[in-house]
Amino acid sequence: MEKMLMIDYQKCTGCRLCELVCSVMHEGVSNPARSRIKVMKWESEGLYIPMSCQQCEDAPCMNVCPVKAISRDKDYGFLYVDYDVCIGCRSCVAVCPFGAMNYNDVDKKVFKCDLCGGQPQCVRFCDVKAVDFVDAGRLSFGKKKDAAQRLSAAQREAAALQASL
Amino acid sequence: MALDRKVAYIDLSKGEIEIRPIPLEVRKKFLGGRGLDAYLLYNHTKKGCNPLGPGNALMVSGGILCGTCASATSRTHVMAKSPLTNLIGSTNMGGFFSPEMAWAGFHHLVIKGKAKKPCYLWIHNGEIEIRDADNLWGKSVTETQWAIREELGDEDIKSLVIGPAGENLVRFANVMTGIKNAGGRTGMGCVMGSKNLKAIAARGTMDIKIAHPVEALEYNKRFIDQITSSKVNQTMGTLGTPFIWGATNTWGGVRTRNFQHNQCEYADDIEPERLDEIATETMGEHHMTGCFACQVHCRAQYKIPSGPFAGTYDEGPEYTTQCAFGAQPDTKNAVTVLTGNHLVNQYGMDCLETGSLISWAMELYEKGILTSKETDGMDLRFGNDEALLEMVERICYRKGFLGDTLADGGILAAEKIGKDSFEYLVQVKGMSNLNSDERATPALALNVATASRGSDHLRSRPAIDLYHLPEEVLRKIYSNPVPYDGPLTSEHTDYEGKPWQVFWQETCFMGVDSLGICKYHTTFLGPTLPNFEDWSRVLYYNTGLELTPEEIWTIAERCNNMERLFNLREGLIRDDLVKGDMLCHRYFDEPCTRGAPDVIGMTIDKEKFKKMLDEFYEHHGWDKNGVPLPKTLKRLDIEKEPSHLL
Repeated sequence: MEKMLMIDYQKCTGCRLCELVCSVMHEGVSNPARSRIKVMKWESEGLYIPMSCQQCEDAPCMNVCPVKAISRDKDYGFLYVDYDVCIGCRSCVAVCPFGAMNYNDVDKKVFKCDLCGGQPQCVRFCDVKAVDFVDAGRLSFGKKKDAAQRLSAAQREAAALQASL
Repeated sequence: MALDRKVAYIDLSKGEIEIRPIPLEVRKKFLGGRGLDAYLLYNHTKKGCNPLGPGNALMVSGGILCGTCASATSRTHVMAKSPLTNLIGSTNMGGFFSPEMAWAGFHHLVIKGKAKKPCYLWIHNGEIEIRDADNLWGKSVTETQWAIREELGDEDIKSLVIGPAGENLVRFANVMTGIKNAGGRTGMGCVMGSKNLKAIAARGTMDIKIAHPVEALEYNKRFIDQITSSKVNQTMGTLGTPFIWGATNTWGGVRTRNFQHNQCEYADDIEPERLDEIATETMGEHHMTGCFACQVHCRAQYKIPSGPFAGTYDEGPEYTTQCAFGAQPDTKNAVTVLTGNHLVNQYGMDCLETGSLISWAMELYEKGILTSKETDGMDLRFGNDEALLEMVERICYRKGFLGDTLADGGILAAEKIGKDSFEYLVQVKGMSNLNSDERATPALALNVATASRGSDHLRSRPAIDLYHLPEEVLRKIYSNPVPYDGPLTSEHTDYEGKPWQVFWQETCFMGVDSLGICKYHTTFLGPTLPNFEDWSRVLYYNTGLELTPEEIWTIAERCNNMERLFNLREGLIRDDLVKGDMLCHRYFDEPCTRGAPDVIGMTIDKEKFKKMLDEFYEHHGWDKNGVPLPKTLKRLDIEKEPSHLL
């Protein structure tokens, strides 16, 4: 079954280990500037949000590419760049609504998340599971359960309130 | 490669910058971080230099693993001669600064001289620029950082800064980064202030090549699994260091009312669970945050729930802050602790020294040694929350007699206050003791007495001594990587074998500090965590440098001896109360008043303590006065220092 990257930013501690292991996995170097995932931070509010490719169904990067260098992996569903075809025009960088298509000014190449070919290292290393890899059909399961729990707690509180009247 | 990160010499008087590679032979002798800083300090300062003069050298560094794919290589180290102790000044902090400096091409900075007017350093992809900081002077810790980002137009810049306390030359001012990552103790922020250096900003996008990336990744995963599976780190990741406060206070190991009690009673409001409740109420269920690449996430986020700072965001508090603004002044109020924490974070001032000195002044006020004349009318009694917080501000801005006096640290303050104020001061080498009470634990007492930077737990504390581990477990830990077949005992009130444990921990902590990783990732609070054997591998996978566990041990010993040589050069004398390896008289004369049966009534036996000290020196290869023997220096290849390799 196809799996998808699911980010729960509330769990993120802001440590940026995902950025580190991403660059080591793909490039053999430590350098967050080469990471496919990046934690956006509002430090004075304590808010950290990891951003990565959503692997869109109707993907703007794929649609806009003038030389059709971007295509979808048949097994895992991620979008990848064929560097033999890519002309480096950066149209995909401009069009991505999430800023998830990056440009590396050392190699002069665009780059994006490829789910590490099906075993995303950011997920493997994130101990708090702010970044998770879940079955596509179960994406909303966690949220559903949390909401159900909140509802149930509210109902119990309401019942207790009623009983005390 | 991590090994190609450079050292920069910055002369602020002349405005000159020189960049040099760090030779491999130097790495093999001192690794990096604190170890190499100790070598640089000894080589770049002259005997008796004024800590606040242009002759003092300020070292800023990351460890040899800084920025690599080893676990939690976030630590930044800052070293100089201390204006608080006139001996070695050293501080080690987490956050995100040193990895950023490594991506910008540098592992070490040596900053000398004094700028004519406020300036800051801008380190960016192999280049360093000295910039004007007129518009930053006077700004708080976070204001300074955000202003630098705005000025340079990059939100990813990480800065090491001083707040108003550093500018006002408070002798225990911190260097700070982020919201609350604090380089506390020994006043390194004061040294920055004396050089008119407001900040060091870094931003880098240079690759750090990993020698064996696949192995480095896999070993990092193993490391993390080992670290996060330990109970102590799991608790740390939920409650932060306050969890230690809860356990220690229940047992009777928290200094209260300066040194009058060893337990803070009726303190429910500052228990770790209460602080956690406030963090949850104000920041939600997921309110823990961490340093670069660390999975322990031991730092809480919170908003101050009420009072004049209600709604203000900050991070912490730590164990020490609970003591400094809760137990020591006997205020026992969560809002006071959280507010005090916020103030010292924004002023850039050491919470421990601040809380300890105010509590000392409170005891002096109680005893009539200080009166309302010296306090400018303030009712400085224990338990007075308002007076406590007001004193924090007075110290930072050197307001009034007492604010100005305490800002100079305990030793100078005791000289100025006179009478028998010194008798009540709890310090070693001129630095206030940690707010824990070591009268029931000889090993921990030896640790605070001998710590190179003055009374301190992060140089050599065998904290696992309190766990009563089976002797064979202790032996497994403490006879690696070098053999030890002397006595070892699980009994924490004993004096037997403790000098070796302190010596071992001292070597272990120097190893960690030179590699640049956090102490929560080694044998400190958890007995199952990685040390020398694992470091040997992690070093090889990340940097390609092949060193055996024994070789890393010897390097750490060498670095500790460099610190010792510096302290001896600057006047350390074994039994001296101000400049020695000696505890203040209260440890020997005043028994513990509260706590568990194994604590109450305890004091340190002075004769046994001195015997421990002798034995501790012997393990080091030092003479009875604590001076390294010629054969020790020869063995460690530091006979001819300063040798100016770098």
